[in-house]
Amino acid sequence: IPSVSSIVPESCLLIVVGLLVGGLIKGVGEEPPILKSNIFFLFLLPPIILDAGYFLPLRQFTENLGTILIFAVVGTLWNAFFLGGLMYAVCQLSGPSLNHIGLLANLLFGSIISAVDPVAVLAVFEEIHINELLHILVFGESLLNDAVTVVLYHLFEEFANFEQVTIIDIILGFLSFFVVSLGGVFVGVIYGVIAAFTSRFTSHIRVIEPLFVFLYSYMAYLSAELFHLSGIMALIASGVVMRPYVEANISHKSHTTIKYFLKMWSSVSETLIFIFLGVSTVAGHHYWNWTFVISTLLFCLIARVLGVLVLTWFINKFRIVKLTPKDQFIIAYGGLRGAIAFSLGYLLDYKHFGMRDMFLTAIITVIFFTVFVQGMTIRPLVDLLAVKKKQETKRSINEEIHTQFLDHLLTGIEDICGHYGHHHWKDKLNRFNKKYVKKCLIAGERSKEPQLIAFYHKMEMKQAIELVESGGIGKIPSAVSTVSIQNINPKTLPVEPILPALSKDKEEEIRKILRNNLQKTRQRLRSYNRHTLVADPYEEAWNQMLLRRQKARQLEQKMNNYLTVPAHKLDSPTMSRARIGSDPLAYEPKADSENLPIITIDPASPQSPESVDLMNEEPKGCGGLPPSPEEDEEGLVMRVKEPSSPGTDDVFTPGTSDSPNNQRMLRCLSDPGPRPELEEGEPFIPKGQ
Amino acid sequence: VSQGAHPPPLLFCLPTVTSEQIEHLHRRFKQLSRDQLTIRKENFDSIPDLEFNPIRGKIVHAFFDKRNLRQESDGLADEINFEDFLTIMSYFRPIEMNMDEEQLDRFRKEKLKFLFHMYDSDHDGKITLQEYRNVVEELLSGNPHLEKDSARSIADGAMMEAASICVGQMGPDQVYEGITFEDFLKMWQGIDIETKMHVRFLNMETIAHCY
Repeated sequence: IPSVSSIVPESCLLIVVGLLVGGLIKGVGEEPPILKSNIFFLFLLPPIILDAGYFLPLRQFTENLGTILIFAVVGTLWNAFFLGGLMYAVCQLSGPSLNHIGLLANLLFGSIISAVDPVAVLAVFEEIHINELLHILVFGESLLNDAVTVVLYHLFEEFANFEQVTIIDIILGFLSFFVVSLGGVFVGVIYGVIAAFTSRFTSHIRVIEPLFVFLYSYMAYLSAELFHLSGIMALIASGVVMRPYVEANISHKSHTTIKYFLKMWSSVSETLIFIFLGVSTVAGHHYWNWTFVISTLLFCLIARVLGVLVLTWFINKFRIVKLTPKDQFIIAYGGLRGAIAFSLGYLLDYKHFGMRDMFLTAIITVIFFTVFVQGMTIRPLVDLLAVKKKQETKRSINEEIHTQFLDHLLTGIEDICGHYGHHHWKDKLNRFNKKYVKKCLIAGERSKEPQLIAFYHKMEMKQAIELVESGGIGKIPSAVSTVSIQNINPKTLPVEPILPALSKDKEEEIRKILRNNLQKTRQRLRSYNRHTLVADPYEEAWNQMLLRRQKARQLEQKMNNYLTVPAHKLDSPTMSRARIGSDPLAYEPKADSENLPIITIDPASPQSPESVDLMNEEPKGCGGLPPSPEEDEEGLVMRVKEPSSPGTDDVFTPGTSDSPNNQRMLRCLSDPGPRPELEEGEPFIPKGQ
Repeated sequence: VSQGAHPPPLLFCLPTVTSEQIEHLHRRFKQLSRDQLTIRKENFDSIPDLEFNPIRGKIVHAFFDKRNLRQESDGLADEINFEDFLTIMSYFRPIEMNMDEEQLDRFRKEKLKFLFHMYDSDHDGKITLQEYRNVVEELLSGNPHLEKDSARSIADGAMMEAASICVGQMGPDQVYEGITFEDFLKMWQGIDIETKMHVRFLNMETIAHCY
């Protein structure tokens, strides 16, 4: 028995929920809230678009950019005018009820309803896992047609107030399209570059790195909307531009944070949008006119199909990978309308557009139809037509090498042919990027890291994490084959390191991840506060390591001092403790610190046998006071307090060299006087022990 | 169309380049060869943009590789004429709509064979670890500050992956000699080379010649 979710896409279910909620509210007697355009455009839409833009598969997008642009611009224009014109004809022909609706009003209506909606497309296409080409075509179109929609909407809205529309106005309108779209992209690029540049300096405040991504992108959106430019294009452009540089600069944790926050926000937004659509349907004032609504629906579908057919015929002349009829069908069928259309309709002014309610009703009907009928049936149709699905290929290092090789080869061939084609310009852009842009926007030595190495590092890190998370180093996942370095190069010694010579930071990072995961239990018991989070252990690894070693040496010194203090001085334990406690940094670590006895301390059990023994020895040697209860509780002063960050424990190797140290300490304690070798100026360190 | 040589019969039986394209390529050939009948390796130095290409050595080499020129012998030719030039260019033809399964498969194999020859520099039919390392080093040759080890380890990792794809599980004393052409085909299964490996300007309306 198929579950509901496999038949009905999530968006439909959410609308139904919205309808129910709206009905409930109305039933109680309250006025259900309507999705205000303000809230929609300012708060609900940006997260979804940012998520889409930041994770846009750039390679496929640029390869198909021409096709996408033609569908987005020409396709939407065609839809708008075709629909607007036909609706005008229908209105004129249908008699007194619709006669008063002018051409401009109809064109405005056409422009609102003709745009394919990115939210709806995302919601439906995510679930059917269609192949990447079709996904990027429909999705790219839904993103880029925002500029067209914005221009047409404002244009017709203005024109509706004019007495006369001159040719100049039309030409200006045409020009404004370029301003809106290119301006939006420009704003996005500026903010993207600023964000990338900011992230270059965030190595000391890793916690707020994700904030910059969100903040700058949102500012790009708002700035563009402020000047009536295309906010969606600005958002996409900023996400696309900032991503490669930001990802090279930020820490691993920040990257995960950004990913999860974006996914979370966009999920929440999407859910809210669909629910609100349902509620608004119940709440809104509707005016149902059979002719208008039915003909809108019909002409929408017809316009879409015709548009796709004609444009594909035209595009296929220039494409290498032609679009088959199956592809065309999916593209046409995937032209879903959504909440953007509704919000734009809602923005219409009652004064100028008296038939706003009718428009809204028609818009909602079309949305419902496309989301429910087309959304529900697209999955079985995809299966029926055997459309290629998304291939779950894992990116492998081989593929990366081959792809890069092929790129260079094709660029070379183009140069030999003297043809400045696609690869030539891409190569030039890459070289420009490497030479100038990366140096500015990426911090430190990563700016020079070639793509292949970066990819390899990423893969190594991922494998390390996977290996650890799958339960420890001992367990080999079945996916990994038993091929080892011996199999391909028998001459090499088995100890040859497989990892490339990573930089110090990278090595530390990987080690930290491994160690971190092995100590998960201990970490969970600690509570974080904001200030300990600031020092991200991954990044501060090297300094922390040195600091800890220093502290360990100091502690060892303290211990030695304590022990080598001549017993006959008869310090009470409290006095000794006080003295040691008072001068923590009295001694500098000696150069030959290897000669120091290794303290075996198990921080988890303060009452370790060693500590108790020593305390017991002390009174024997000095004939002093029995150890006070507090001291027993405390154990030894050498006990390490809570490790300040994970991975401290490595300095204190548990369990090694118990007995010789114990003996050494016992000898120290029972020693009646100062050692003859001890010199005055030097710290109290036993030589040669 | 071209001076002195009509295109070899092999070129004709496949959906092929048009006369316009041959004209264009001929002009380019004359430019490169400085109006001589043949090109040598040195002539490729006159292309400025090729300087930045990390694998330019391999590309130029591929033009003179006798295996690519469909000659039965092995080794390197010293000079190539326009016929040979066209032969090499024909490897970069785009795919056609009306190709059937068998043609498509042959088309794909041709292109992959060309690539294979580029990787396999000693012509022994296998891509050994050393040759693969060589490839990766060349790819990374644009970054002089990199250490040798990085390229080597990447190549090693890739080779191990290739071995695990092609042979699967291997015992500790089995040795994987090198990537043969069949293994190479397996590695490229995920990538549709027939759509990727083409040069765009060769995609004009084609007239199928057939002798």
